[in-house]
Amino acid sequence: MEMPEGIPEYSKVDKIIESYSCEKSALIAILQEIENLYGYLPAWALRHVSEKLGVSMIQVYGVASFYDAFHLTPRGKHLIRVCLGTACYLRGSARVLEAFEAELGIKDGETTPDLEFSLQSVRCLGACALAPVMVVGERYFDKMTPTKVHSVLKRVQSRNEKD
Amino acid sequence: MKKIRTPQELEALRNSLLQRRDTNKPCVRVCLGTGCRARGSLDVAKAFANEVKRQGLEIQVERKQTGCHGFCERGPVVVIGPKEIFYQRVKQRDVPEIVSKTLLNGEVVDRLLYANPATGQKVLYEYEVPFYKKQTRLVLANNGTIDPTNILDYIAIRGYQALAKAIKTMSCEEIIDTVEKSGLRGLGGGGFPTGRKWRLCREAPGNIKFVIGNGDEGDPGAFSDRSLMEGNPHSILEGMIIGAYAIGANQGYLYVRAEYPLALKHLQIAIDQAREYGFLGKNIFNSGFDFDIRINRGGGAFVCGESSALVASIEGKMGEPRAKYIHTVERGLWNKPTNLNNVKTWANVPFIINNGADWYGKIGTEKSKGTGIFSLVGKVNNTGLVEIPMGTPLRQVIYDIGGGILGGKKFKAVQTGGPSGGCIPEKLLDLPVDFEKLTEAGSMMGSGGMIVMDEDTCMVDVARYFLDFLQDESCGKCVPCREGIKRMLEVVTDITAGRGKEDDLELLQELANMVKEFSLCGLGKTAPNTVLSTLRYFKDEYEAHVRDKKCPAGICRDLIEYFILEDKCTGCGACLRLCPQHAIDAYGLIHTIDPAKCIRCGICRDACPFEAIIVR
Amino acid sequence: MVTLMIDGVKVQVEEGSTILEAARFYGIDIPTLCYHDELTPYGACRLCMVEVDDGRRTRLVASCLYPVREGIKVRTHTERVIKGRKLILELLIARCPSSKTLQDLASKMGLEQVRFKMENKDCILCGLCVRMCAEQMGSGAIGFVGRGQNREVVTPFRMASEICRNCGACMYICPVVDLQCRGVKSPGELCNSCLVITPQCLEKHGQVMCTLNSCGACVEKEEK
Repeated sequence: MEMPEGIPEYSKVDKIIESYSCEKSALIAILQEIENLYGYLPAWALRHVSEKLGVSMIQVYGVASFYDAFHLTPRGKHLIRVCLGTACYLRGSARVLEAFEAELGIKDGETTPDLEFSLQSVRCLGACALAPVMVVGERYFDKMTPTKVHSVLKRVQSRNEKD
Repeated sequence: MKKIRTPQELEALRNSLLQRRDTNKPCVRVCLGTGCRARGSLDVAKAFANEVKRQGLEIQVERKQTGCHGFCERGPVVVIGPKEIFYQRVKQRDVPEIVSKTLLNGEVVDRLLYANPATGQKVLYEYEVPFYKKQTRLVLANNGTIDPTNILDYIAIRGYQALAKAIKTMSCEEIIDTVEKSGLRGLGGGGFPTGRKWRLCREAPGNIKFVIGNGDEGDPGAFSDRSLMEGNPHSILEGMIIGAYAIGANQGYLYVRAEYPLALKHLQIAIDQAREYGFLGKNIFNSGFDFDIRINRGGGAFVCGESSALVASIEGKMGEPRAKYIHTVERGLWNKPTNLNNVKTWANVPFIINNGADWYGKIGTEKSKGTGIFSLVGKVNNTGLVEIPMGTPLRQVIYDIGGGILGGKKFKAVQTGGPSGGCIPEKLLDLPVDFEKLTEAGSMMGSGGMIVMDEDTCMVDVARYFLDFLQDESCGKCVPCREGIKRMLEVVTDITAGRGKEDDLELLQELANMVKEFSLCGLGKTAPNTVLSTLRYFKDEYEAHVRDKKCPAGICRDLIEYFILEDKCTGCGACLRLCPQHAIDAYGLIHTIDPAKCIRCGICRDACPFEAIIVR
Repeated sequence: MVTLMIDGVKVQVEEGSTILEAARFYGIDIPTLCYHDELTPYGACRLCMVEVDDGRRTRLVASCLYPVREGIKVRTHTERVIKGRKLILELLIARCPSSKTLQDLASKMGLEQVRFKMENKDCILCGLCVRMCAEQMGSGAIGFVGRGQNREVVTPFRMASEICRNCGACMYICPVVDLQCRGVKSPGELCNSCLVITPQCLEKHGQVMCTLNSCGACVEKEEK
């Protein structure tokens, strides 16, 4: 599972850790900020956090592997999150997810090889009245159906980062 | 900003705010809760800002951005004061008309009014909309009227008065007595008497204590916590400060799931403002009591809604629950006495202090006092947040407030309590919403999710769905939950795929009983509930799947077939073009589906304008 | 000192003891898998569950963790406890069939069939190795990683650990990997061979061999 990881930026991570006064219990919050910065948790960052915070490497790694917010491999530029919450599921969101899987050629939780798209099912965005719901970045798409998948992907790609 | 140090100063501030208010001034309130935002309410709000400026009306017209009104299905929601005219599904392009007609001239824009789906009759005012009319909005009362990012709005509606009263005129004992007498119970699902919990925490030995507000709301389909945190964050803070004072805690934590960015933002703003005004921090109301609150973002794990897992998460560890033979109130966060309550529970506290235990006790039933907030979603006409007195019959909630079943279909079941709850069938619809009654029926109150299902829902598939969810979310520590749920899911999946065997139902029952009794934490203990309740009330559906290899609701793909009705098919070819498996053939005008190729994805059914494709 | 009843027997133990400690002190047998008296109790296998009546209600608790309380009545082998234990063992064998410890326990409990699709894993996630490494060896080189079905015991990044001292304590304490049952030929079998009243090894070697080095003698007879 060795992936090319880019150059370690220890000072950036240091800044984050210091902003939490190097408190051990702030581990999750610190990892969240690192995830926000890089889109995932690079191994060098995890090692650095373990060292600087004084938390055992196995605890850091354990926490990084336990929560849905954290990913140990790089993610795609566009993160497509399809809600599989009960209300959305009952209105057919599982079929929407399948349509995305077919269109992108990846399974739930995976990233396309060109790192363009990541597909992730989530279990409730709190917008149940708009079921089936999906969100890309901060853009919500409501009342989704499998037939809309293709056009959504096109819109997302053409709009790029302008959210 | 000078801190408020005495109740008199608070009262003076409140009066000056009320005096400055012109209740006759036209006011446009745009809902900026997550639901409406997802439908573009932010653009609508900006459009109002621009239009009001363009027409030079900044002095005559007040603009307010509010939190979630709870009727998300009809979003974006805009309410025009002072008459409280209710506009729904407002678009950006509607804004100039609303400003000119309604704000300036008091005229109504008919097409934006709510129309009763049954009668077609239009409703003018928010309080007359049937969805709201039948509710008793206590905790959510101010969600649509105040700006959650402005503490002054909260102070104007008696905000922090309860805190002043509690700290200055009541002893800690009295506060706990009042909460106990009120009958308030935990609204996160457990239903444990709140006053008693506070008392146990207060009596636990130790000088360092903590309070926690649980805003994790992991139940899919539930968004009452979200709405409250976004729309009225100060009510939660005030409750926590009062509780902390009564218990003797000097530090509080709010644990909010990361999937609620707006709630996190509004809570942080509220905390900052509360500090500014002296309601948080040192020497609150000159009483010598210090207290502050910190926000912890959830990392994304349903199990962290369980109190011991939540505590582990705040401590920076994996969210693994621990056995609670010694309760969290004695040894919780960092082994110190900790009082954890759901954010809704905290938000009820100011009412109880302001109005008294007796007043609160009059609402609800004998054992379940006060109101409950439910996310009514699924196959109902009106989906949204419903606040009702405990004891209201389910039938009333679903039909009077929810407006009945979508599309005129037949009601089948209502799932309450999220993944930890169960399904309640039609014959029990007169059941009152009450902690004990729901548990007796095989479900539970939970965090207030209420998912309505109709005749097109397969109950075996519902059981499969929840087991799948719980398998994903199980922390994996104990054998019954980790291995038991996995095997229950295997059996139920086999049943939905037509591989069910005669002994399967017995095996399911056995597994369910064991997992319920032997699991380490609440997740495992309640995981079998959906299976148990569906086996109890819908056994015939299970049997149809196992014996006849049929899915009566027409959902389980391996047991159904799609078929094109000859007499309805016009040969338009819409289905053929879209079928991803190329399973549709056309012989002249007649289209047929090849059952060998068909994967029952449903795309053709969606596409057919004549409803010619049926399930059998 | 705290006085309580276990299986109808009045016992007295020091305050702060767990029900399991009290039971073992008095020779009352409660099966365990994830428990070791030199390590902090974990409460994950749930085999040690017992029924406790505390005067207000009766419920099931993990005896390795539940602190003794004055006047409680404990029952260690009621019908529902035994049924539950058997099912838990059935689930574990479905996961790791070739573990001799599990097979022996199954035989003892009279488990006769495994109704689930079999896997062939070699870890039951009891955590003994993790606690051993952390508490007794002071290393903490391995730990739990992942959630639910993805839970496993590994080193950080699944790479060779810099702090592992190769002491072998984790292998020593493991109830599953060390002793393999030679009677299981394919995933899915219940061995039950050690259930024989007179183990063959007794005749052949003059003593029961399973505890030292499973000779497989009881299996050899079957093959003949």
